[in-house]
Amino acid sequence: MLVKMWINGEAIRDHIDPDMLLLDFVRRHGCASVKRGCETSNCGLCTVMLEGKPILSCSMLAARAEGMHVMTLEGIQEEAREFGSFMAGQGADQCGFCNPGFIMNVLAMIRELTDPTEEEIKEYLEGNLCRCSGFVSQLRSIMEYLKYKKGEQDGSGK
Amino acid sequence: MITIKKYLKAESLEQAYELNQKKNNRIIAGMLWVKMGSNTIQTAIDLSDVVSASVSEHPDAFIIGAMTSLRTLETHKGLHEYTQGAMKESLRHIVGVQFRNMATVGGSIHGRYGFSDVLTMFLAMDSYVELYKEGIIPLEEYANRKRSKDIIINIIVKKEDLRMAYLSQRNTQTDFPTLACAVSFGKKGKRVVIGARPQKAMIIEAEESALEIPESQKDKLADVLSGQVEAQVITGSNMRASAEYRRHLARVLTRRACLQILEGGAEKSC
Ligand SMILES: Cc1cc2nc3c(=O)[nH]c(=O)nc-3n(C[C@H](O)[C@H](O)[C@H](O)COP(=O)(O)OP(=O)(O)OC[C@H]3O[C@@H](n4cnc5c(N)ncnc54)[C@H](O)[C@@H]3O)c2cc1C
Ligand code: FES
Ligand code: FES
Repeated sequence: MLVKMWINGEAIRDHIDPDMLLLDFVRRHGCASVKRGCETSNCGLCTVMLEGKPILSCSMLAARAEGMHVMTLEGIQEEAREFGSFMAGQGADQCGFCNPGFIMNVLAMIRELTDPTEEEIKEYLEGNLCRCSGFVSQLRSIMEYLKYKKGEQDGSGK
Repeated sequence: MITIKKYLKAESLEQAYELNQKKNNRIIAGMLWVKMGSNTIQTAIDLSDVVSASVSEHPDAFIIGAMTSLRTLETHKGLHEYTQGAMKESLRHIVGVQFRNMATVGGSIHGRYGFSDVLTMFLAMDSYVELYKEGIIPLEEYANRKRSKDIIINIIVKKEDLRMAYLSQRNTQTDFPTLACAVSFGKKGKRVVIGARPQKAMIIEAEESALEIPESQKDKLADVLSGQVEAQVITGSNMRASAEYRRHLARVLTRRACLQILEGGAEKSC
């Protein structure tokens, strides 16, 4: 079947099998940042934004995204790099396997919530598993990044 | 792994209904549960264009389209106020935000899953299921029926003077609940719904001895009601917990939820 959608602003048309997952579709179109982790909707590694909302690309058919806008890490590289430097600064960047999904969901959270509390941050990121960091350094990096975004620190608190 | 031979966006409810009568065809909503199986679907029926994915609030009811995501329910201001935060509490531990942006209320209610927070929550309110062919039936009746091939169009929650609270116990944050508990005080009386027993949620209506207690006697009322739940609830054992532990939890969570209501609710921002 033929599908059309926008990936990171670029219009894509392609013939697919009806059961092709969105995860495989975006990877086929150059978005190698989107990874397959659990494939049972539990780990958050495959997170992309669909019409601005974070979803799990391992659990959605590409056909469902017909006519929609998909955003992956490749489409928000500058923002991702900026936040990534806070992760590195706080030691939250260990094996790095979880990073693409984690960063996508953090950036989705920042778009959705204004001035989230620590509890709200933890709740928003419950669906992103990390086997290395123990989540504390990840939380620190988000708090520091949010301060930076509000102009409360100059980026040296990375 | 599921295999899908054909994907079809239904153009009318009649078309979706007709297709759904065939054994190997299947409605796909959020697809999260369907995907956990391993079978071949001849035609996957997408309801996106024919079933609503939003909540509309009316003076006497909420009408919730079956394709509404759990995240939309969780962040809906009207439902949040009406349930004093219980709606959000029932949903916020389900896997993650990304998951809840996809999972739908229709898929959750159709599934009547034993572990379901969603079913537990909706059974505690005056809820109805609107089916394409059969019309509107009480959720309690729907939940106790065998699965049919009719299509859920809406979930309707009739408004009343309701006070409620929702609590669940989980072994880890985003796991299935070990036990789920929704308590509501409405015009028909006081109702406790216990889900994840681990069987499908069961309703326990407060008995006379609890109804007679004035609400000013908070501890006494909470003790008597939770005692009734402990005596009546039917629990089972599985890898998450034993039947005895669940029975004990049912009493504890009912008592806490009851006190939460009597002390004015636990409303947090949504
Ligand atoms: C890993 C995992 C963890 C979960 N944890 C929890 C939890 O902790 N608490 C909880 O409450 N739930 C939990 N769930 C269940 C989840 O919240 C949803 O209820 C479930 O995924 C079904 O919703 P869906 O939209 O994905 O439906 P689908 O998977 O698309 O469909 C489910 C079934 O419903 C049918 N269907 C869908 N929509 C309709 C309709 N409108 N009319 C008729 N039939 C329809 C489908 O044909 C299918 O048979 C979990 C699910 C998974 C996969
Ligand atoms: S790969 Fe999608 S949630 Fe794990
Ligand atoms: S850094 Fe290794 S899994 Fe998160």
